[in-house]
Amino acid sequence: MHDLRFVIPPQDINREDFASSVPDFNRRSEIMRTDFGYKCMVSNIVRLTEQEKLFQLRIIDPVERALFRFKPGQFLMLEVPGYGDVPISISSSSSNHEFLELCIRKVGHVTSALFSIKEGARVAIRGPFGSAFPMDEMAGHNILLIAGGLGIAPLRAPLYWLNEHRDRFLDVHLLYGAKEPSQLLFTWQFDEWKMINHINLHTIVERADPQWLGKKGMITDLFNDITIATATTYAIVCGPPVMFKIVCSWLDRLGIPMNRMFVSLERRMHCGMGKCCRCMVGSTFTCIDGPVFDYWSVMNLKEAI
Amino acid sequence: MIYKVISKKEFTGFVDALVHSNRSFGPKQVATDHRGNAVYQFQPVHSVADIAFDYSATASSAKHFFLPFREELSHFHFHGNDWEQQISYEANPVVLIGLRACDISALNILDDVLLNGHFPSPGYLARRKNSFVIGMDHLPLPDCFCKSMNHHTVTTGFNLFCSDIGDHYYLSINSSKAFNFLREFETREPNYDDNCMLVERRKLIQNGFQTDIDVTALPTILDIEFDSPVWEKWGDKCLNCGTCAMVCPSCYCYSLTESFDTNLNGASREKKLYSCNLVDFAVVAGGHNFRPKNGDRLKYRYYHQHRGFAENASQQICVGCNRCGRACLAGINPKDVINDLRMEKESCMTCVSSSPRKI
Repeated sequence: MHDLRFVIPPQDINREDFASSVPDFNRRSEIMRTDFGYKCMVSNIVRLTEQEKLFQLRIIDPVERALFRFKPGQFLMLEVPGYGDVPISISSSSSNHEFLELCIRKVGHVTSALFSIKEGARVAIRGPFGSAFPMDEMAGHNILLIAGGLGIAPLRAPLYWLNEHRDRFLDVHLLYGAKEPSQLLFTWQFDEWKMINHINLHTIVERADPQWLGKKGMITDLFNDITIATATTYAIVCGPPVMFKIVCSWLDRLGIPMNRMFVSLERRMHCGMGKCCRCMVGSTFTCIDGPVFDYWSVMNLKEAI
Repeated sequence: MIYKVISKKEFTGFVDALVHSNRSFGPKQVATDHRGNAVYQFQPVHSVADIAFDYSATASSAKHFFLPFREELSHFHFHGNDWEQQISYEANPVVLIGLRACDISALNILDDVLLNGHFPSPGYLARRKNSFVIGMDHLPLPDCFCKSMNHHTVTTGFNLFCSDIGDHYYLSINSSKAFNFLREFETREPNYDDNCMLVERRKLIQNGFQTDIDVTALPTILDIEFDSPVWEKWGDKCLNCGTCAMVCPSCYCYSLTESFDTNLNGASREKKLYSCNLVDFAVVAGGHNFRPKNGDRLKYRYYHQHRGFAENASQQICVGCNRCGRACLAGINPKDVINDLRMEKESCMTCVSSSPRKI
């Protein structure tokens, strides 16, 4: 009798013949991106508010750093070894190959751990994952950005893009609402955006303090301030779940085509790769098909907003 | 595919030789349930006598050989500020004996998700490739509805599939490994009678189904009935225990947790299978639950299985084994839920048709 013990070593796993299509996942870069992650040094931490900090990450390996590319709107999985990983949208410029900036609010287990680390500490990132804002398609149009609260973080990447390619776009409006004046993020960039990049910035807060000279109210109150040519406008909306419905239906009523309105959704994620199903919205994954959806997809997806 | 016929006695010898020196799993009776029916599970087997070839269906599915309940994805070793990450994609070869057609279909569906997607899963591939799968057909149980899902036969995803034709097995050989092992045993080419017997057997299986679910246009119906009170009705019964996903042969949702070793020198990232019916499935940091109610979560399960997955992979994720229905503590089963949904539509039809179809 022959020895029937068959042992296929893991490096030889492509040998079996019944599974027809064998993916070429063996490329090192692919596994780096999805399983190991890139090691990063936290090069700078800026405290924005009580709850939010801006982390500047620098990929340690120079080759990996040079090869790391992302598009505005994509996110990555930030890993703090021992604590877990969380999906964070990238809020730095996509042409910046030196470092990445992540605006993080202290809400959960991992982010609390992040808030205790000091500059020079090491974390890992996996990614980038997800879909991006179609910046090339938007060229030659008016842009309307609407951010609520922390929603400014994912919009900062497309904002950088707009600023770097300002001559390709017509009017750019940014409507930004927050709970309190102290909750407004990236205030030090407001002047730069307004003066240098000619972005029409409108801010509004729900609860004003005596020093606040701007407008007071909900983000919907800003809608009357601006006039937009709906036929040539692309809109990007990001904010808390309650905001999407109000803002998107208003934009819809204005007459902006559904395929020119983009939202960036937030869901619970564990893998970022369409495997854990935690981020499922209706029939699609937020991590693969999203987080950037056009409004038509959102309308089609049940329970998306 | 190559077809052979082997006598049951010779087949026993083949399985014995296979089981002898390999890590093998086969159906074994482990208990009896409260109705006195035997409960079978895939258990380690050491000789052919251990295997219950005439079993009905196992309580848990065969997916756990490929997607364990709990699995360490990577391990971190800390050195001061830095760490070293270890990931192993190794898998020990395993022989699985006696999988049903629907179990194998479920593995094919998992292949579709975990291997053919954007990000193939190396760990799963290693396990899948290091397995030797012997399938067996069976006469349908009263509550099986795999025929409705078109998974009562399977043509790929196994090494060897045995159809029972009297005192012989009709073998479908789907891999070179199986072909080579069988060279040592006495097999013969199927003759006309064998072919007739196979067709008879297939017909017997085909006609043996007592449960039928009408899945025609189910994706559309799920869309239309998204706000239906049916979900609340069944959701109120649901206990959020997640058993359905645990026994499901094709559910693959998971959760990642990281924990420090007790000596604090390392940490491990663990993957645990999860269920979309558990309360915190869609809770994001900050406490917002995207699916707060029982009905929402139950609906999502059906919506993913019959609508979402169907849209992405052009097949439904459910294979119709009804393990979830059998295991459910609250008595929720897919047949009743789906029929309830359809009834909802057909009651609307009463205004146009004078004689609504009875269900």
